[in-house]
Amino acid sequence: MNENDKTDSLRLPDAGTLVLSSSPHISAPETVRRIMGKVLLALLPAVAAGVWFFGFRALLIIVLTTVFCVGVEALWCWLAGKPVTATVSDGSAAVTGVLLALNLPVGVPLYVPLIGAFLAIWLGKQVYGGIGNNPFNPALVARVGLLIALPAAMTTWTPPRGMMEEPAAARAFFDPDTFKQLQGGKVELDSVTCATPLGVAGTTPKIIDSANPKAELNFARISQDGQLFDYFIGRRAGCIGETCAPALLLGALILICFNLINWRVPVCFVGTVMLITGAVNYFFPGVTPPALFHVLTGGLLIGAIFMATDMVTSPITGTGCVVFAIGCGVITSVIRIWGNYPEGVSFSILFMNALVPLIDRWFVTRPFGYVVRSREASK
Amino acid sequence: MNKSSRGVMTFKGGIHPAGNGKELSAGKPTQTAPLLAKYVVPVAENAGKPPVPVVKKGDLVRKYQLLAEPSGFVSAALHAPTSGEVTGIIEVPGSMGVPVTAVEITADGLDQGEAPFEPLSDWRDTDPARLLERVGEAGLVGMGGASFPTRVKLSPPPDKPIDTLILNGAECEPYLTADHRLMLENPERVLTGAAIIGRILNVRRLFIGVEINKRDAIDALTQLAGGYGVQVVPLAVQYPQGSEKQLIKAITGREVPSGGLPMDARTVVQNVGTAAALADAVTLGIPLVERIVTVTGAVVNPGNWKLKIGTPVIEAVKFAGGVTGEIGKLILGGPMMGFAQRSYEVPVAKNTSGILLLPEDEALNYGSGGCIRCGRCVQGCPMHLMSCALATAIESERYDLAEANHVMDCLECGSCAYVCPARRPLVQHLRRGKAEIRKRRTAVKK
Repeated sequence: MNENDKTDSLRLPDAGTLVLSSSPHISAPETVRRIMGKVLLALLPAVAAGVWFFGFRALLIIVLTTVFCVGVEALWCWLAGKPVTATVSDGSAAVTGVLLALNLPVGVPLYVPLIGAFLAIWLGKQVYGGIGNNPFNPALVARVGLLIALPAAMTTWTPPRGMMEEPAAARAFFDPDTFKQLQGGKVELDSVTCATPLGVAGTTPKIIDSANPKAELNFARISQDGQLFDYFIGRRAGCIGETCAPALLLGALILICFNLINWRVPVCFVGTVMLITGAVNYFFPGVTPPALFHVLTGGLLIGAIFMATDMVTSPITGTGCVVFAIGCGVITSVIRIWGNYPEGVSFSILFMNALVPLIDRWFVTRPFGYVVRSREASK
Repeated sequence: MNKSSRGVMTFKGGIHPAGNGKELSAGKPTQTAPLLAKYVVPVAENAGKPPVPVVKKGDLVRKYQLLAEPSGFVSAALHAPTSGEVTGIIEVPGSMGVPVTAVEITADGLDQGEAPFEPLSDWRDTDPARLLERVGEAGLVGMGGASFPTRVKLSPPPDKPIDTLILNGAECEPYLTADHRLMLENPERVLTGAAIIGRILNVRRLFIGVEINKRDAIDALTQLAGGYGVQVVPLAVQYPQGSEKQLIKAITGREVPSGGLPMDARTVVQNVGTAAALADAVTLGIPLVERIVTVTGAVVNPGNWKLKIGTPVIEAVKFAGGVTGEIGKLILGGPMMGFAQRSYEVPVAKNTSGILLLPEDEALNYGSGGCIRCGRCVQGCPMHLMSCALATAIESERYDLAEANHVMDCLECGSCAYVCPARRPLVQHLRRGKAEIRKRRTAVKK
């Protein structure tokens, strides 16, 4: 074998075709698309629970919202002359779509998902420059936008499957006439609406007075043990994806296992709400229902697990995340206890989103080599 | 000391490269490469001043004969890897991307030469100054990375007392196993080197840090370590465990202050390969003319070879049986901090730890997407810097912000770019920022 044959057998590509770039030359397998795929996976239990409790229409809303969000993202990219496929295929618009749908009541008219998609993708994300540049969580921008623009549609609640199983316990959430008809078993109504637990709590007159027997009675009526269990498994009125705690907790587990969220965020957020509402309830039982009621109603769990943990709109460092989450908890509690709105999770997260640049500035990591402790010096 | 959750020493931060390619070559004994017809010995591959050639075209040289002598304090001698004729002082492609001067030796096939220095088998009683002199004569440089002259590193200024020596056997770069094989096959050379350096520096605390993915090497070293007064420290498998500052932190708990050197933490760190070469220089009286190199990646027969300095890369690829599959990059060193090449004529230098033909599907392609602020780069930074924020600041030419946020402490280890899910060229931005800040600092001084 001569030298030339040997060189050929090496199968070396032409040296001029070799890629020249600076190190590192390898990367971790994780990509933005994979991250979004895993988030979608974590949302799946909540989607399934939503469809189970609110029926086929829930699936319709979820699919429509997601398709609209992806479509609006594609439209924007096309109009703005950005790469359409590359942008859409990162999966972030799909995540926003599913999240937004899970934050809508199941009975919303079908134009709501379309408006929501424009609000989320266009106003919430692309005007800032697309993925990574948006200061606010796009799904929450859309939810709050819709709440302001279409308050009736966004606060008309449908009772979920199984809510009437214990009519006595459900009584508090229905209009008395509706309730009578439902009790009679003659359900000939086109649709039935009811109130959410937070809605009932929010419309109860609040008097800061240790003796407020009427409010106390009302709160007791909606926070009995059996009812709390109903709230936990999802037998209560609310948005499609916010009601079933086990599904949301399973989602949280998936997110934590995939290292996609900092567990401190949901823990500190929910913990702060429990601490504040628990303390207020203890000292002024006529002002707000007990802490557990607050955890299991409204959008606290979905907000704490899926919204406040959004990478783009939450702080970078662990300490920053804790501060952010505590801030969310404080604002949520204040709005729920003293505000005009029964629910405050969305507002609290959006407000804290706005503070993220400051939090990131205040809570930075201590670089290596800047503190020489005396203990080390003695070693 | 800093224990990881698994009970071994480590530092905070860093990354865990998955499936790190070491399995390709770790289990294979080091082979001695056959003698080649020609060697191209690079003169200027080490940090500091290049040595000055003392031979000219037509000269006949013996193996181990001096080819180039140091041109200053921070400069290292160069010796002939084999016997033959000097057929030219030429320019060849260098591993850093710029052409380098090299001495071309056409081998006579005899590979003959005498040890140029007196073997100091009684080094335990030899004057440390004499040992240090030998380190210089033998042309020893740091064989793990920057090729810094070892003599300089072993001559700390009098106001910097040293009490600890750490031999770096971490070999945290994926794919590379040259140090692993060396420690496994020649633990006594490594330990002898450690003890000699200990004598030169007059320190009693001698450590050798090895990542626990080299369990057999740890066992081999531990068996003999006691006789040399060396303590073997198992380290977590975590990149960049072999970075001096991280290694010192992991083993001693000391933090080298910002902008400082290991001696500011009263420590000297040496690569295990350097220690073994130093042992040879002292006990056998021979200079550094060959080293173990991992030839790996998309090659037919990956493994470790004992290669003479000046072996062209293409010859090493031949030893490994040629390429298999599509290769994306040719890298000298490891995939995290090595240098991509565009020539097969680049010669092996004293600091060439590996020749990696990276498979195309593993080669990192940088993207143009935005930062999604996931914080992986911040968690992965061994210097605890806010890498993504620094990169964004540098992209917007806010060098003041980058400097205030300690960009100058960046090691350029590449952990940030490795973990970035948006495939942003983070460390590249940081390198550019550092260079720009340095440029501006110099401009201010003028």
